[in-house]
Amino acid sequence: MDIIITGLLLGGTYALIAFGLNLQYGVARIMNLANGEMIVLGALAAFWIFVADAISPILTMLIVAPLSFFGNWLIYRFLLRPLVRRAKNQGQLEVDSILATFGMAFALVGIMVSIHGEYYTYSYLAEPFEILGETFALNRIVAFCFAVLIGAALWLWLYFTRTGMAVRAVSVSTEASGLVGINVPQLSAIAFALGGAVTTMGGTLISTFITLDASVGVVFTMKALIIIIMGGVGDIRGAIVAALILGLVETAVARLIDPGLTLAAAYAIFVLILLFRPQGLFGRKPS
Amino acid sequence: MVETSLVLAVQNVTKRFGGLVAVNNLSFDVSRNEVMGIIGPNGSGKTTMMNLISGALALNEGTISLNGRYISRLSSHEINRRGIARTFQLVRILPSLTLLENAMAGMVFGHQRLWGEQARHEASKLLERVGLGGQQSVPATALTYIDQKRLELARALAAKPEVLLLDEWLAGLNPTELQEGIDLIHSLRDEGITIILVEHVMDAIRSLCDRCLVMAAGAKIAEGRPQEVLSDPEVIKVYLGEDI
Amino acid sequence: MTSGDVKQLVWGAILLALAACVPLVANGYWMSIALTIAMFTVLSTSWALFSGPTHYISLATAAFFGVGGFLVGTGMSDYNTDYWTMVVIASLAGTVLAFLVGLATLRLSGVYFVIFTLGLAEMIRTLVSWIQNNFTGSRGLYVLTDLGEADIYIHLVLVAALVYLAGWWIARSRLGFAMRIIGNDEMVARHVGINTAFSKVILFTFSGFVASLVGALIAPRYTYIEPNGVFSPELSFIVVIMALLGGTGRLWGPIVGVIPFALLQEYINANYSNYSTLVLGIAFLVIVYFLPHGVLGRLEETWAKRRRSTW
Repeated sequence: MDIIITGLLLGGTYALIAFGLNLQYGVARIMNLANGEMIVLGALAAFWIFVADAISPILTMLIVAPLSFFGNWLIYRFLLRPLVRRAKNQGQLEVDSILATFGMAFALVGIMVSIHGEYYTYSYLAEPFEILGETFALNRIVAFCFAVLIGAALWLWLYFTRTGMAVRAVSVSTEASGLVGINVPQLSAIAFALGGAVTTMGGTLISTFITLDASVGVVFTMKALIIIIMGGVGDIRGAIVAALILGLVETAVARLIDPGLTLAAAYAIFVLILLFRPQGLFGRKPS
Repeated sequence: MVETSLVLAVQNVTKRFGGLVAVNNLSFDVSRNEVMGIIGPNGSGKTTMMNLISGALALNEGTISLNGRYISRLSSHEINRRGIARTFQLVRILPSLTLLENAMAGMVFGHQRLWGEQARHEASKLLERVGLGGQQSVPATALTYIDQKRLELARALAAKPEVLLLDEWLAGLNPTELQEGIDLIHSLRDEGITIILVEHVMDAIRSLCDRCLVMAAGAKIAEGRPQEVLSDPEVIKVYLGEDI
Repeated sequence: MTSGDVKQLVWGAILLALAACVPLVANGYWMSIALTIAMFTVLSTSWALFSGPTHYISLATAAFFGVGGFLVGTGMSDYNTDYWTMVVIASLAGTVLAFLVGLATLRLSGVYFVIFTLGLAEMIRTLVSWIQNNFTGSRGLYVLTDLGEADIYIHLVLVAALVYLAGWWIARSRLGFAMRIIGNDEMVARHVGINTAFSKVILFTFSGFVASLVGALIAPRYTYIEPNGVFSPELSFIVVIMALLGGTGRLWGPIVGVIPFALLQEYINANYSNYSTLVLGIAFLVIVYFLPHGVLGRLEETWAKRRRSTW
């Protein structure tokens, strides 16, 4: 029971991160391999501000979100958009964006190492909290609640606003959306920026209960990718289920076998999914 | 004449994409040295049928056999090696290769294989034949759309296929080019190649095809000589709509 | 074989023979750099044999390299096996692993393939560390031989000769032609009778074999083998950067990237070691935005332009 609840709490934050990457990949068609570094940036900001001024990470999140939105918008507009324009086909864009976002990831890691090379250790709401007779750390619960809130707000935005609808249209077909008068480059930039902002907020939340350092970004990139592939690209419901599964499996492996094997477990899931259900858990089988 | 001249047999083939039935229980035979046309409105499953024959798609039900041997479970490279070559509806050349290499690509791995000097020699003859002589070392991207189609045909012919699948190969040609194209296909038939073509150009259908298969919504609605088929009221109805 | 082919072979042999003479003139510091360059030359060139034509970015180099080094360490420390026996076993194991990974990743492309190969090294590393910590005790793995850096260097030059010869042969073979067609359009490749799966697995396996062989041969240099060291994902990225920086369009393209980048890394590590990751990132960005076809590709473009303008 303890494992299940801890796993689900962890999965909630994972789902938020995967949501961010899904927006970027599904709409802007850029697989952002610097996604994990956005998480670490969020964590670094939370740590930095908390240590300096004892400001709550939840408040930090409100500062970080618009900054990250703007930063990611700049990245898309000035670094990725040129790649989209020069690509002759989807394959070339994919290779280019893989290399470019890897480059950004390394560059960000380099910069973050020079800002703070050690672990981002701080303690926020590390108090016991009781659910169903078992105790959990309050910070995990708070992080989970905020992840759900942000996710819900995004969902409402996607399904009940004009821009949200346009974003969903672009994710279905870039070409057709252009034909019905949607400004695809602008919306792609917005989706990319928003995805980045969501990811950074996820990073801030995670940092309240997991200690990060500058170099762990790639691990989170892999996790977010595993969730997206498991859930099916662009499938929000699938991503949520996949995130919860990943959270559960990681927690179970860490508690029952060895914490050192969580990554191996995540990767094992990834391999199994790729080999047996490459279309995702709920995806329809491609012809 | 007891000799059976059946080359390709399609039997009860069905292909579904999710809920959509793109090809529905379709059967037809093609005899040696025959030009068979597949026609029908857009979305009737013609190209899907070509993809099933060439192995680009796997079928859900039914069988396809070449010279009495099943090919419907084989992958496309094996089908090509058995002697079926094709062109694509949206032309697919190999952009970073030269014309000569594009034509050679068809003969190095396929049905009848050549390599080295001999392959280069044959490939340049083929380029000549489709009207691209003297441009061997030009990169394929430098060609116009029509010339890319010629190049694709050269690649398909390179392995001396028994069966050639042409997916709207004549589409977009001007009247002179169309006549050249028709003559070219005629000459291929005279060499003993069996040809299946998907086409919208009715003049080409009339002058080229020995037999025609009309598809609508994935099913066969008529089959026979072009003149008969094209005057069939059912066929006119699917092409021109109910109300006429 | 044309006379041009023979000429290339002769030139290659001469250059390799010259490279083999480096230990005669180089000492300590420069010998060590030459060894690093030799190692990355072999790794990048064999990487480019597969990834160059197909554009599949493999990050599995560290996995195979690590298997090579780790098995040599385990065999010699835990089972008292002879060094050369372990080199053979390790490279065979790497080959088998590469073959299996190749089969499994066939249907993947683009980013899935990248992540799969990146995760592979990470997973093997965590599994190996876990097994070491829990079952074999934390005894260290020592590779104690009487081989000096010059000896290892000569071994690697021999492997380089093998890789270049293989590359030379592939470029003239049906396999090489098939790879170029696959790189252009896999659908067309299948429809002209190419067994695309077979061709890709063969080349992927070959580059995996080379990486594990290099991992085994270089092991004596480190003396002490640590999983976190030999499976370091950074190695995979450096190999990719070097190959792309030089250009994968030609067999000798990667070495054009290896030499300057190895020297740059040496300099950065000696003087600004905090910035090595940043340099990797900038290298990637420079390649994507300024040298998409590598240094060689850029030079060839300029030559072609100049020739056109003078005519």
